[in-house]
Amino acid sequence: MKIKILIFIIIWLVSFFNFSFADNSEKVDQISKNLRCLICQGQSVYDSQSDFALSMKILIQNKINEGKNDEQIYDFLKSKYGEWIVYDPEINKNTVLLWVLPLILFVFGAILIIKKVSIK
Amino acid sequence: MVKNIKLISVVLLVIVSFFILLKGLNKTNNYSPNLNSSKIDFNFKAKFLYSDEETTLYELINDKDFSIINIWASWCLPCRDEHSFLLNLKSLDKLNIIGINYKDNEISAKKFIKELGNPYSKIVVDPSGVNSIELGAYGVPETILINNNSKTILKKYIGPLDDEKFAELKLIIKNEN
Repeated sequence: MKIKILIFIIIWLVSFFNFSFADNSEKVDQISKNLRCLICQGQSVYDSQSDFALSMKILIQNKINEGKNDEQIYDFLKSKYGEWIVYDPEINKNTVLLWVLPLILFVFGAILIIKKVSIK
Repeated sequence: MVKNIKLISVVLLVIVSFFILLKGLNKTNNYSPNLNSSKIDFNFKAKFLYSDEETTLYELINDKDFSIINIWASWCLPCRDEHSFLLNLKSLDKLNIIGINYKDNEISAKKFIKELGNPYSKIVVDPSGVNSIELGAYGVPETILINNNSKTILKKYIGPLDDEKFAELKLIIKNEN
């Protein structure tokens, strides 16, 4: 039993060891999944193998190494390439319809259902 | 009568969607957003093609009134086409042409310049493509016109220069100041 516990503890510690030594490539993946590849639109930077996307991944890695957080990296890219590069658009006067329309449709649908049910 | 209305509406729908799609064919499918800030805040370090020294963008663009940053590569065919326009622009005295050699092999890059002539006053290399992204570029070829005094981007051309863009570039340079 003691041996089992010992083995368990060792494995547990080793897993932490791995964790702390893992580079931040996961972070790069996470950010690049939220970015639109501007050369091959329809793919994310993460999926794409174009020169643009490959450089972009290096750039993100560099920025992370510099100690920039996600928000700063997104802001930097937005200032260079515009709002279009991120998959998650901000609410402004151009995108307000995009955000509000589903809500309107939802409410409209709910009204329809309620009317139908109450008629019965 | 009801049947007729159905038929007419289907035919109308087909015709309308045909023309919408036809119109869409003429549109360029490469969407490029309007830049909200044309101020150059990029500050990159790059090595020269012909020496091992490092330089920054601010050092590169302090010579004359205007700078053109042209991103090129020897493997890029459209870059060959636009090269004659760059050679032509070289004759303008207010203009400083800077080349960024994008993801290229040093030997073939030098061969390219030797073969076609050198329009650039300075050439820096960008082996990883990161500097080009710092500039907000998409790929090769790309041409950025900068006003050196106000440090702003005046115009950006994605893709090779042609007669139309060349004329526009000259006009912008002539009318500024």
